[in-house]
Amino acid sequence: MSDPLSRRTLITTGLAAAAGAAGLGIAARLADRYALIPPDDGGIFGVGETVTYAAQRLLTRHTLAREYNRSDISKIAPVKGPPPEDETYQRLSAGGFADWRLKIDGLVARPSFFSLDELKRLPSESHVFHQACEEGWSFIAEWTGVPLSYVLNLVGVLPQAKYVVFFGFDTNFDAADKQTIKGKWNSIDMADAWHPQTLLAYGMNGRDSLPAGHGAPLRLRLPRQLGGKSTKYLSWITLTDTVKDIGQGFGAGGVERGFSWYAGI
Amino acid sequence: MAETAYLPGLEIRSSDSLDSPRHSAVVRITHWITAASFIALLVSGIAILIAHPRLYWGETGGVGTPSLIDLPIPFMIGHSGWGRYLHFLSAWIAVFTGVIYALFGFLTRHFRRNLLPAKADLAWSRISRILWNDLRLKRPAEEESLTYNAVQRLAYLAVVFVLFPLVILTGLAMSPAIASVVPVLRSGFGGQQSARTIHFFVALALVLFLFVHIAMVCLAGFMDRMRAMITGHGAVGKEPS
Repeated sequence: MSDPLSRRTLITTGLAAAAGAAGLGIAARLADRYALIPPDDGGIFGVGETVTYAAQRLLTRHTLAREYNRSDISKIAPVKGPPPEDETYQRLSAGGFADWRLKIDGLVARPSFFSLDELKRLPSESHVFHQACEEGWSFIAEWTGVPLSYVLNLVGVLPQAKYVVFFGFDTNFDAADKQTIKGKWNSIDMADAWHPQTLLAYGMNGRDSLPAGHGAPLRLRLPRQLGGKSTKYLSWITLTDTVKDIGQGFGAGGVERGFSWYAGI
Repeated sequence: MAETAYLPGLEIRSSDSLDSPRHSAVVRITHWITAASFIALLVSGIAILIAHPRLYWGETGGVGTPSLIDLPIPFMIGHSGWGRYLHFLSAWIAVFTGVIYALFGFLTRHFRRNLLPAKADLAWSRISRILWNDLRLKRPAEEESLTYNAVQRLAYLAVVFVLFPLVILTGLAMSPAIASVVPVLRSGFGGQQSARTIHFFVALALVLFLFVHIAMVCLAGFMDRMRAMITGHGAVGKEPS
């Protein structure tokens, strides 16, 4: 068919496709440079995740989660699952966590251990946040702790660091073999790590300790993501430039069980 | 090119039928992409909902606090992981498709010509006659395939300009990250749990629309309407343009 439009259509389509491919290439490079690609970017679902994460990172770089009044605090703050049955955890808990230490290592200038008392002597903040579970329920609670950014500045973050990885006592980990790590370990990007509302919380609703199910002795509080990202029962924090060598390489134990890494939704 | 110059009659006829099909190509393509992503959103939405099939009003709600509605569905956790991945992937596809459709609709005056009802057609006597015919499953006359009646127009306008925007906005209002960007989005709906509840009921309204839509397609002649929405051409005439 000598349809007069066919050649023009062909050329336009070709040019559009070339521009599209080049555009995608540039977009991919920019996205990588500005940390807009989540660790679970593979497969068809990874496309949606990447668009969501990139769009929200561009929008939320400097935004603050709403802070509520003390009068808004929920009477019931449900927990998902009991505290870890891990033997070490039970022993530390019985001793009021006096022997507990938080290890921070990886891409930091001064790898350190912190006791609970040492953390409590650092500048303390209290925030009343809304927290939703991916299942659908939610509650408002007050959290007291030290900003993660303060602790990161104490240990000195190296410029290569791209993720802060959190391990709790409900993680089965082997520091020598990161590939075998299983459980509820999680990681956040540097945007969330430096965010002023990101807390290492040791107190809740006016008390200076966390109720057992809420992550004692120390948990992360990340108010701009679903509750599951706020890792409980912390024992080890490590900074890294890649999460590919931890567990199955998706940046969180939850991804291995089918949940997305980024939970800002 | 030379051939068309020698056959002007043929050229005009073919371009005429190509230019004004019953449904334009953009409408047909966006219709089917939206249909596919809506089914994916529905299935994944149910997968997310059954993890906690209780609805609340306000900012918070959970087991142990009073609910607005307890849906008669058992609590089934374990599906919200893939449910969320699929929900947000299909939401992006639906939103991108919707933006293209809306731009097209305004720029080509599709909304004004084909969806905005004429004032005279909004008289209750006319509306009620259409509804009465639909309720007793009266098959529409052949020439009715050429245009939308007032009830169809109102239904499509409601879906395009009320239900879809509302389901997107309530969905965004549930996101803790988006709520940090536009706090009024969440508080405007009365809180995160209120947004979730409204999201559920708007989705329900869209499902209701889908059922009625499919029933009406069957009533009017399934094969003809399907052919019109796939190829652009039905057995009878064209959409007035």
